[in-house]
Amino acid sequence: MNDKGSYKPLTYFQLMEVSLRELLVEKGVLTAAQIDEAVEDMRRRTPERGAQVVARAWTDAAFKQRLLADAPGACESLGIDVPKLRLVVVENTPEVHNAVVCTLCSCYPRMLLGIPPDWYKSRNYRSRMVREPRAVLAEFGLNVPEKVQIRVHDSTADMRYMVLPMRPQGTEGWSEERLASIVNRNSMIGVAVPKGPND
Amino acid sequence: MQPQFVTDYPALAPRFEVGERVRVRKAAPLGHIRTPFYIRGHEGTIERLCGSFPNPEELAQMRDGLPAQPLYRVRFRQKDVWPDYRGADSDVLEIEIFQHWLEKA
Repeated sequence: MNDKGSYKPLTYFQLMEVSLRELLVEKGVLTAAQIDEAVEDMRRRTPERGAQVVARAWTDAAFKQRLLADAPGACESLGIDVPKLRLVVVENTPEVHNAVVCTLCSCYPRMLLGIPPDWYKSRNYRSRMVREPRAVLAEFGLNVPEKVQIRVHDSTADMRYMVLPMRPQGTEGWSEERLASIVNRNSMIGVAVPKGPND
Repeated sequence: MQPQFVTDYPALAPRFEVGERVRVRKAAPLGHIRTPFYIRGHEGTIERLCGSFPNPEELAQMRDGLPAQPLYRVRFRQKDVWPDYRGADSDVLEIEIFQHWLEKA
């Protein structure tokens, strides 16, 4: 057989994960089913949850007000469980553009956006986003006018941040579902803005 | 104190008010520090109180981190932090900083 397939030996961390997982099961600390369930639960958390929250805020002024004042409570009312007091939603306006980074590690609102993209954890993004945010945003294709204030949130401790983007023009009368479909992950981190039919 | 900041563990009373000017202590202790190095020694304004949380520097040493430290979001002008900052004068950075890292400016 010449075809060796895609087999590769386990990396150091993969081997550590397998060893730890098997030991926990063997010692009766966790069952294999509990581990599968925890992994599935992580997979179920995707940016669609965040998009659902944004679309509701765009269509329901009272919900938006609550989201900005008490994000965990507002999410709970949509059936999304967020640890109390640990989520802050920041609103983009014609005067202010918000963006989120964690310079110390990779703190991220996983409850609403799932697993962070690799670039979010890169040294390049983490070190430059607080130092030259306008240059970094331009690399993402987002040129923020000088008259708009850029507010960078360095997520260094117990809070997690999500950006509430502005609703694009031309989306008047759209259903929540249709609105949610134009809200992508990057726009909730603040490195992009949702595109409407006129953009 | 506002009800949402009440904790079921002992916490220190907040010493700073929203809008107050503060300076981040310029110190370099060893250990697990959640105050970014680049902001130490800089002045900013209290944007909001986030609540009180066990001190992460103590948690990292397997201690309980109590009494909990009030945690603030502090707003800094980019041009105060980076003298050669390229961007609008109004651009800001907001960072969570625990009370024991702050002093009156």
